[in-house]
Amino acid sequence: MNIVVCVKYVPDAQAERTFNASDNTTDRDNVDGLLSELDEYAVEEALKIVEAGEGEVTVLTVGPAQAADAIKKALQMGAHKGVHVDDDAIHGSDAVATSLVLAEAIKKIGNEAPVDLVVTGMASTDGTMGVVPTMLAERLGLPAVTFASELTIDGGAGGTATIHRDGDASTQTITATLPALVSVTDQINEPRYPSFKGIMAAKKKPVEKWALADLGIDPSQVGLDAAWTKVEAFAARPPRSQGEIVPDEGDGGRKLAAFLTEHKFV
Amino acid sequence: MFELSQDHEDFRAVVRDFAENEVAPNIAKWDAASYFPTDLVPKMGELGLFGLVVPEEYGGAGESGDFTSLCVAIEELGRVDQSIGITLSAGVGLGINPILTYGTEEQKQRFLPDLVAGRTLAGFGLTEPEAGSDAAASRTRAVRDGDEWVIDGAKAFITNSGTEITSVVTVTARTGTTAAGAPEISAIMVPAGTPGFIVEPAYHKLGWHVSDTHGLTFEACRVPIDNMLGEPGQGFKQFLKTLDDGRIAISALAVGCAQACLELATDYAKTRIAFGRPIGVNQGVSFQLADLAVMVEGARLLTYKAAWLKDELHAGRRSVAEVKHAASIAKLYSTEAAVSATRIATQVFGGNGFMEEYPVARFYRDAKILEIGEGTSEVQRMLIARGLGLPA
Repeated sequence: MNIVVCVKYVPDAQAERTFNASDNTTDRDNVDGLLSELDEYAVEEALKIVEAGEGEVTVLTVGPAQAADAIKKALQMGAHKGVHVDDDAIHGSDAVATSLVLAEAIKKIGNEAPVDLVVTGMASTDGTMGVVPTMLAERLGLPAVTFASELTIDGGAGGTATIHRDGDASTQTITATLPALVSVTDQINEPRYPSFKGIMAAKKKPVEKWALADLGIDPSQVGLDAAWTKVEAFAARPPRSQGEIVPDEGDGGRKLAAFLTEHKFV
Repeated sequence: MFELSQDHEDFRAVVRDFAENEVAPNIAKWDAASYFPTDLVPKMGELGLFGLVVPEEYGGAGESGDFTSLCVAIEELGRVDQSIGITLSAGVGLGINPILTYGTEEQKQRFLPDLVAGRTLAGFGLTEPEAGSDAAASRTRAVRDGDEWVIDGAKAFITNSGTEITSVVTVTARTGTTAAGAPEISAIMVPAGTPGFIVEPAYHKLGWHVSDTHGLTFEACRVPIDNMLGEPGQGFKQFLKTLDDGRIAISALAVGCAQACLELATDYAKTRIAFGRPIGVNQGVSFQLADLAVMVEGARLLTYKAAWLKDELHAGRRSVAEVKHAASIAKLYSTEAAVSATRIATQVFGGNGFMEEYPVARFYRDAKILEIGEGTSEVQRMLIARGLGLPA
């Protein structure tokens, strides 16, 4: 199995995140970045698949120089090699352009050995759109089986991928033939912590650095100017208001029930 | 020159993440219940924490690991909770190290792989109810009877000795008398569950509630003669050799404690409002935090210098005497700084600092033992003074 996991380097969701005043893109300089926590599930799932059988996990990211940290974390967890697409022209790219770069990079990875499975997180913790997996599958002509809370591979490369997708009212079981793209939720596994040995081994693992030219992508197709959507303006959300205090005059329970019903909490 | 390597820092980030996700959310509950989280130990094993100074053939990190990494791990666990930090420190320093250093190949194969993986824990029984700093006054005896040692006596304050996964406790015991009439003390491994090896109920301690500590009683406890660890009559000397590591490890634990106090108290001083302003604007508070920052920095530098010397000794570039001296200095300063740090932090928190809802209260209770365990402050001063060449 030759698996590519797409990961994103994002500003720490625990920190106070903001935008650059100059072009309204994400501020990466004043906030610590890390491997998107939702992508850790994708890395873990890929590792479990190759550990149960055989194969190799390549971790792919598109991002600025610091994004190398996201690859490093995935390699520390156990991924075998990394590909980092970094090009100044990519700055400000939207989901459409990001999926283009990822798709071309995966095609290039596939030139060496065919890619059997592409795994992604369900969304990034910064953009939270969750559309890149489907766009990417479309560009690659792969079946997209998304929001997997369980993933089973049968028959290895050339076999099938079967997922469980938990909805509000039902759980769907979906099977796709490989090669395919699977996006996974935070319910699918418990991502491992890198071990000391993993940290040491990661230093020796190969990481390829590619620019747009290596992928044959014209810079005009990506970046802020090519984006279909743009952040026009941003403003800090007003501080949370005090909330409503309801005095209990013997009917507190009823008022509470009414509140919960009104907001469809019950 | 004054930075740890990138590898150490990468490792620190992982251990911090682990401590904040696996320990922090549960620790108040565990502490209140004096609960030893057995399930956490194999997770620590998976991270590689128990194998940082162990060769690869027993599952350890081999040459890529070092003592400095172990100190980083102890500091980071200790920054979230001291009990978890000491569980690692004692697990390696007292459980694994003696077997690794003095064990036969058969003994190492039997115990180390499980200990390194965190599937089991081991303890070391030196201290007795009547013999603490004066360890040579040990009364526990082992008498040879055919192919067995018959052990009688009692040990006190033995860390990791009574957990569900404790596999073995190594105890020092008198095995005879030297030609000069002094007691001959040897180390003997007693597997958990051996008849006559009685684990007393857990102590009711001021702090370290999550750490497993028991008194042990030996009543005609029989183990095979092959269970002797190292040379007969060398038990005490062997133990003293492992103490230096333990002192540096306790120093790292103290750094974690002081670091936690600095972070907690600084955050609180920024957010707690009194008289319309954050209390940190008052020099009465800010100067104490400045002192705290100096203590943390001093303790950290002394600790990692000692750890570095220890690694250099391992590589044959430094002497034992240098390491001993540095270990005593680090242990003395860091542990006393940690106790001061908890006092300052609690004071900054005011009445809240006296409440168990706030972690500073736990650190306040936990810190005191740092000045006592693995050689009291008094013993360290004695050793440091001796190192100055003063008349004994």
